[in-house]
Amino acid sequence: MRDAVLRNGLKPIPAAVDSIVEVRGISKTYGDVEALRGIDLDFPRGKLTSLLGPSGCGKTTLLKIIAGLISADAGTITVDGKQVSAPGPERAFVFQDFALMPWATVMRNVAFGLELRGIGKAEREDKARHYIAEVGLAGFENKYPHELSGGMRQRVGLARALSVDADVLLLDEPFSAVDEQNRRKFQEDLIRLRTTQNKTFIFVTHSIEEAVYISDRIVLLSPRPGRVSRIIEPEVDRSGDPERIHRDKHYLDTVDEIWQGLKQYVD
Amino acid sequence: MKIFGYRVPMMASLLVWCIVWEIVGRLDLMLMLPPFSDVLAAAFELVQTPSWQGATVTTLRAFVTGMVLAIAVGIPLGILMGRSKIADDLLGMWVNIFSSAPLSAIVPVLMILFGFGEKTIVAAVFLFAIWIIVLDTRAGVRHISPSLIEMARSYGASRRVLYAKIILWAALPEILAGIRLGLIRGVKGVVIGQLLVAIVGYGALFETFSRNFRMAEFWALTIILFAFALVIAELIERAEAKVEYYAGARQ
Repeated sequence: MRDAVLRNGLKPIPAAVDSIVEVRGISKTYGDVEALRGIDLDFPRGKLTSLLGPSGCGKTTLLKIIAGLISADAGTITVDGKQVSAPGPERAFVFQDFALMPWATVMRNVAFGLELRGIGKAEREDKARHYIAEVGLAGFENKYPHELSGGMRQRVGLARALSVDADVLLLDEPFSAVDEQNRRKFQEDLIRLRTTQNKTFIFVTHSIEEAVYISDRIVLLSPRPGRVSRIIEPEVDRSGDPERIHRDKHYLDTVDEIWQGLKQYVD
Repeated sequence: MKIFGYRVPMMASLLVWCIVWEIVGRLDLMLMLPPFSDVLAAAFELVQTPSWQGATVTTLRAFVTGMVLAIAVGIPLGILMGRSKIADDLLGMWVNIFSSAPLSAIVPVLMILFGFGEKTIVAAVFLFAIWIIVLDTRAGVRHISPSLIEMARSYGASRRVLYAKIILWAALPEILAGIRLGLIRGVKGVVIGQLLVAIVGYGALFETFSRNFRMAEFWALTIILFAFALVIAELIERAEAKVEYYAGARQ
């Protein structure tokens, strides 16, 4: 169908945006706390979508449901047309507290996803070495996590997620345990990685600036119960100097607009 | 330790006590206490006798068997309790009672169950050593960061792989600490077991020496036992130091 359209030299219809992850009617209750109520969302392929909201809005819960780490009370998750309820090779997770094995070197940590898939040592180490270099940790292959700074540890977590070659990367507040300077550098690197890796990123954050800085699309969640309150597509030009984005007018306006909307939830 | 500004090695204090022992022994105050040099001489002679060598083999065999059993049962039990709330509720109370109870009182019961022989000694070692191994393993498993387990699951680890590659390793520092404390308790178990049974290994030797007031040999045997316990604890501590680098560095 689409082939036919392309052959005719016509543009595909913009309404039929290709979404890789579809969330339908997801609800989740913990005891008597309603964490999520009837979430419907589409995540477009190849884009970086942020889930943004105040604490308690269920954004991490939603991400872990997409990852298959938590089961939803109701609703379905579809990845690439297939309904999923458990973790799968097409999704990779980056953890807030890095979740590195302290007894293993950077090399083994990065290759761990491949190790679990039964890939031979030589092959997985080749691949891991490539992604270690990709995240800027070349030369640290034989270090242990406790010998690295917080920012470097999260780079290991990111390299591990990249090396399994999943289509969807799920990042749970990856920079919240990283100091401010490293966070800036890391955000710039993520913008660069996004253009080179051709993957779909789903990014959970509570920082408005961070969301506007890096996202193609921002999903605003409101708390208690967690619901989608708005979807924003910030029109920020990310080509060129990343430093410039912080002074971009669209960037500043969008940050302000989101803040005005979220203010009411802050006690 | 420093005396008058000079660094004195740790073992020096031991030397002081040996001299004190020698002096008190030479004063001939008590039958109980022969001079230290006599004890050393007795130890030297003792280790050459077939009765000591036989007793040592018996004792070591019982100790090693009991410890292997305690470790083989204790670690899985601790992991089970750390992972399953039901198992923890069911067993927790008993493990805590046994780990703090005066177990020497149970050894006579063991004698009735296992007879006057090596089996009772093995059972005593097992019973003395296992509880602290269970408790420490459980604590180690409890302290594993949940995200480490989520990490393994999200990259497709099966249940078996999760235990073999994550849980066992993440709890290893505590497991080793449990084994070290278990070994020290196991030494107590083997000694108390043998003393109460009194016809096996060191127990028989102790019985003979104390009945016949052969105090030099009695003390020599005691010192050998103490040294044995210390050496074992030291060896395990070295192994622990090797995994320490990540015990302290865990998130």
